[in-house]
Amino acid sequence: MALLQRPFFVLLLVLTHQFMQYWIAFGSVNEEGQKQEEEFNEELLLKPLPDRKVLAHFHFQSSAPPSTSNGRHHHIFPKAISQLVQKFRVKEMELSFTQGRWNYESWGGFDPIPSSNAKPPGVELWAVFDVPQHQIDASWQNLTHTLSGLFCASINFLESTTTYSAPEWSFPPASGNLRYGTLPREAVCTENLTPWLKLLPCRDKAGIAVLLDRPSIYRGFYHSQRLHLTSTGSGSEGMVSGIILEQTLTVVLQPNSQRAGMAYASERHIQPSWSLTSIFGKQVSGTCVLAKSSNVYLLLDRGLVAELEHLHKENEKSAENGFTSQNFWTKPSFELSADPDRIFIEENSLHSKGSSVLYKFQVEKYSESEPFDLSLTWKIPVVWLSQQAPLHASRFLMGSGNERGAIAISLKSTQLSEGFMGANADDERCDLQVNVFQVVPWYVKVYFHSLQVFVNQQPKAISDIIEKIHVSPSKDKVSPGVMEMVLKLPCKVNSAALTIEFDKGFLHIDEYPPDANQGFDIPSAIISFPNFHASMIFLKDDSVNKSPLLSKFQEKSPVMSYTEALLVPLTTPDFSMPYNVITITCTVFALYFGSLLNVLRRRVAEEERFLKEKAAKKTGRLSLLLSKLSAKLRGAWNEGSLRVS
Amino acid sequence: MLANQHVLEGNRLVNDLTSSNLKSSETGIESQRIIARYMLDLGAEASIHKFHRQLNHFHPLHFFSSPDSGIIEENYSCSSYGINTVGIIRAPRGDGKEAIVLVTPYNALKSGLGEALSIGIAYSVFSLLSQVTWLAKDIIWLVADSRYGEYAAVSAWLRDYQTPKFSSLSTLDAEMCPDIDNLYDLKVNSITGSKFSSSFKRAGTMAAALVLKVRNKSDQFEDTISIYAEASNGQMPNLDLINVVNYLAVHRQGLHVKVEKLWSLLNSSWLKILGEIFESLGKVAKSLNPKWKFGITATEYVEGTATLASSLYYQALGLPTGPHGAFRDYQIDAITLEILPKFSSDKVRHSDILLRGGRLIEGVIRSVNNLLEKFHQSFFLYLLTSPSKFVSVGVYMIAFALLIAPLPIVAASLYVDASSLGNCSKSDKSTPSASLDTDEHSITIGSWMWLNSAKLVFLVHLWGAIVSLIPYVICQIPDCTPTTSFMIWVLLSMLSFLTLYSVLASPLSCAKASQEKEWALVKSVTISSVFIGLGLMSVINFATAEIGALLMVPMCLLARPLKLDVRAGTLRSFSRMIGNLVLGLIAFPPAAFFLLKGMLDGFGSVNVGAFWIWVESLWAWNSATYLFIGMVHLPCWVLCIHILLHTC
Repeated sequence: MALLQRPFFVLLLVLTHQFMQYWIAFGSVNEEGQKQEEEFNEELLLKPLPDRKVLAHFHFQSSAPPSTSNGRHHHIFPKAISQLVQKFRVKEMELSFTQGRWNYESWGGFDPIPSSNAKPPGVELWAVFDVPQHQIDASWQNLTHTLSGLFCASINFLESTTTYSAPEWSFPPASGNLRYGTLPREAVCTENLTPWLKLLPCRDKAGIAVLLDRPSIYRGFYHSQRLHLTSTGSGSEGMVSGIILEQTLTVVLQPNSQRAGMAYASERHIQPSWSLTSIFGKQVSGTCVLAKSSNVYLLLDRGLVAELEHLHKENEKSAENGFTSQNFWTKPSFELSADPDRIFIEENSLHSKGSSVLYKFQVEKYSESEPFDLSLTWKIPVVWLSQQAPLHASRFLMGSGNERGAIAISLKSTQLSEGFMGANADDERCDLQVNVFQVVPWYVKVYFHSLQVFVNQQPKAISDIIEKIHVSPSKDKVSPGVMEMVLKLPCKVNSAALTIEFDKGFLHIDEYPPDANQGFDIPSAIISFPNFHASMIFLKDDSVNKSPLLSKFQEKSPVMSYTEALLVPLTTPDFSMPYNVITITCTVFALYFGSLLNVLRRRVAEEERFLKEKAAKKTGRLSLLLSKLSAKLRGAWNEGSLRVS
Repeated sequence: MLANQHVLEGNRLVNDLTSSNLKSSETGIESQRIIARYMLDLGAEASIHKFHRQLNHFHPLHFFSSPDSGIIEENYSCSSYGINTVGIIRAPRGDGKEAIVLVTPYNALKSGLGEALSIGIAYSVFSLLSQVTWLAKDIIWLVADSRYGEYAAVSAWLRDYQTPKFSSLSTLDAEMCPDIDNLYDLKVNSITGSKFSSSFKRAGTMAAALVLKVRNKSDQFEDTISIYAEASNGQMPNLDLINVVNYLAVHRQGLHVKVEKLWSLLNSSWLKILGEIFESLGKVAKSLNPKWKFGITATEYVEGTATLASSLYYQALGLPTGPHGAFRDYQIDAITLEILPKFSSDKVRHSDILLRGGRLIEGVIRSVNNLLEKFHQSFFLYLLTSPSKFVSVGVYMIAFALLIAPLPIVAASLYVDASSLGNCSKSDKSTPSASLDTDEHSITIGSWMWLNSAKLVFLVHLWGAIVSLIPYVICQIPDCTPTTSFMIWVLLSMLSFLTLYSVLASPLSCAKASQEKEWALVKSVTISSVFIGLGLMSVINFATAEIGALLMVPMCLLARPLKLDVRAGTLRSFSRMIGNLVLGLIAFPPAAFFLLKGMLDGFGSVNVGAFWIWVESLWAWNSATYLFIGMVHLPCWVLCIHILLHTC
């Protein structure tokens, strides 16, 4: 009995100890004051998209302040993450799981959301370490393994030096201690989402995360789950660095519109109306109690607002009424089920097109009995275009056959960008800076000398266009090829293209992945425009600063876009052929040796004797004795005769 | 699953197209606009692709080069362009690395109901695919403007897809053309937000392509699908693609599937007799042991043979049998499906065709879409004997190997005989005193005597190369009818032969003594060169090598100076002589062509120009068969004739 009770007692001890520590930790935080408290904020941003879809962007932010007293314990912040940060001394890290492609043409490419949340398909991971140069690779490899275990994904494949690279300056958080790797083929599913949700203090049991109904979010057209952490440098020795963990989930969903309704011409033109229940199948019935703020935003982007204003103006004109902005926002051409708590209008300085509008809803006001279910009903048909990055980038393979090919990056001017250019166009030497970062696996042997540049369909000298280039050629089976470029294109550029030729390598048989042979991937290239900043500046207000999502929007980050991942078919040996040969030879050998050994090992005489013995056994004991006797006698006689002779 | 609602939409497009046809705008731009508008309504990305007609020229230097080279920028006028309409559905959850292509050739200028129906089928499938969630690969629907031929439109689009030109001047000219500008009015679709663009749209690596055609006039008794698979130089698409189509058509849609047959073989009585013999043999075998099941019925045998013969014939020609051939040039598996509807004229049949054809296409696309892997790398070399049966490379190579196996053996034995005999005759004639001195000399001469024959063979092959280059010169002559071109070709070839013969290969400068066996050496070297030629060709295009071997192997093996046979005067030598003469006649390439054509189409239609036209098509498609005929077959024939007429 005592033996049985003992573990229970230990468990109790451990539990109480934990509990005590929790109290101590909490107390200490309180002592330090409000500023030092761990925080959790949950936010959801909804945005109608031009092609009858809805973007939902969940943003959860937990932060742990730098502290000495907390030690290794937190009360909201996930311990797994803080351990990871402490152990590998990660300064900044971003991990994203994405399924589907971000449609830059119709979903836009200029806003903060696509610019920082549109990710390449599969897994992308980058991290900046705060360790000496020679330890970075080791830290990275350990980090990949840890994350792999944490998120149930094959991130550990990024451990191999052939899969990650160290961009020098073209990747936005430029730093020498950066490592960057992608796995374009990684499939993303709920098994990756569950561990991600476990990092939230309320998981998906309360608060906004309740909306994350698996079937509906995986039914969407785009699904990107992101984890971004920054550790604020620890000021003094012995102080644990503060961490800001930002978890975002971006989904593009199609509201269920009745197919039958499609028949009516008038209804076909109206954007589909939606509500939280219709797109997620759930509604928010309250906040996560641990969250400091819990808000839902509805964003109308610049193009839509401009279009609405235009429509409104026309209506007003017909009604012979004066136009006031006040009037417009209280009587819009759509209906919201709930009254917004606040309306933010973007401070418009650069863009003539209009300024985006943000409606804020506080979830705190709603409860179990009166759940929050925002719905948007369009009254009039609206058509608008999302704001796009200055150049639309696409990348494709050229050539055919198993020997060689070429990679082409084509940049096409989007008409919308002419607006921005207008300001600078009078300046003759107006340049549009484009950064290109491309990683190419080693089995695609790129010839960097074959780089060609075309601007407006005219071949150009490389030195005229490329301002800065950094190339690290691939090493077979060791490292991938990295190409970083800064292009200076004239502002009035219509189209630009970069081509680079490559040879397809031959792989050793054990370098083929064990999966189905579909071909080999070239990860997405990153095109960024450092002159353009994807930011939305709202009127300086206390509440804006309090919201992590909105303060994120105000950050000046360069406009970024990812190109398509490419599939290169390489020569493939017929793997089943050796297998067939091995099988058939093994069969033949088995048959041959089996029968041969059988023949050799079999002692016919012995068997016969054995059989005889058996037969003799059957005859009975007496005869056996007799025969033994006679044999002995015969032996004796033989001996006797030998002696005689 | 394709439902009635999609069929209705497809039918609507068919009606719109056929009614707009009545209006008959001059350039057919109206129908392109209708198709593009329908694509946009589905939320697909629509774009147009302008291309210029490219005339097929014979460029001797570009024979085996990749498809992109050989393009010469010319000044195109507005009248000589075609417009392909391209619609792309992006797989909602896919990564866009792969794409499946659906092609419907459509001639806006004079389209029949058949072409409109094929577009209707493609559209109903497209409208289904724009809603489904299972797509993993992007779908490209190419409406190929077939006013300059179906192949030209598809290959132009593929060329721009795979090897685009970034610096070009001709595209600027095309944009000046007024008609195309009308298309740009489409712009943004207000409903779906999908945009129409004039720039070239791409999706990832192409996994497979289907070309869909509907033939309107047909006298079939049931709905039939015929599959065309042969691409240039006898390349075949992966067998799995044909199997998928065949399985889905037969077992799901209840369609009758057929592949090309040589119809004349179906009625031949000797084949029937052979089939019956096999049938009875099979029966006997079955009665001996019920487990032996190799008996086939006589009709099955005859049909299988006819299909096999046509499969062999089309592969040997080396010309693609449809627009799918353009895809094979870029290592993309593609086949052409031609739907031959049951003869009927009422409207209800249209929706039935749309439904069944659409479901078949949907099934095939879904099968390819679900493939995680590429098509298996093994099944590219085969000959079809029925839509569901094939002869694999492992089987047909045996026949070919047996056919050409005697060649090196005979060559070796001839060489050994000739050299030993030459030595013997030498030593017999020379006086004993001088023998010691000359013996060594004669041995060295004797062992190197084959060089003379090799020189001859080499020169004849050189002549063969010249003959195959002559058409390039003839092409430059304007206004030539095929008949005159052919005559010029023959004349020039003879002239070049005579000059070469008189200048370089003047009758042997070697010792007269060995001349009697000289023909044997020539034959030996000829046979070895034929062996090498056939061996090489069997790698490039097996069917050509097979048919070539059937003609050349007996001719080479039998060849023997006629004089010797006449001198011998026995029945055996006489029959050999007759055989030699007949083979010498048949194996002459033009003669073989005329005979074959006469047998297939009747001798009435045969004229001299037909051969020229045939040869022209061969080089226009860069068929290796042309090189084979010019550089292996023709020299071999000349050498055999040389042996036949040898004076010994």
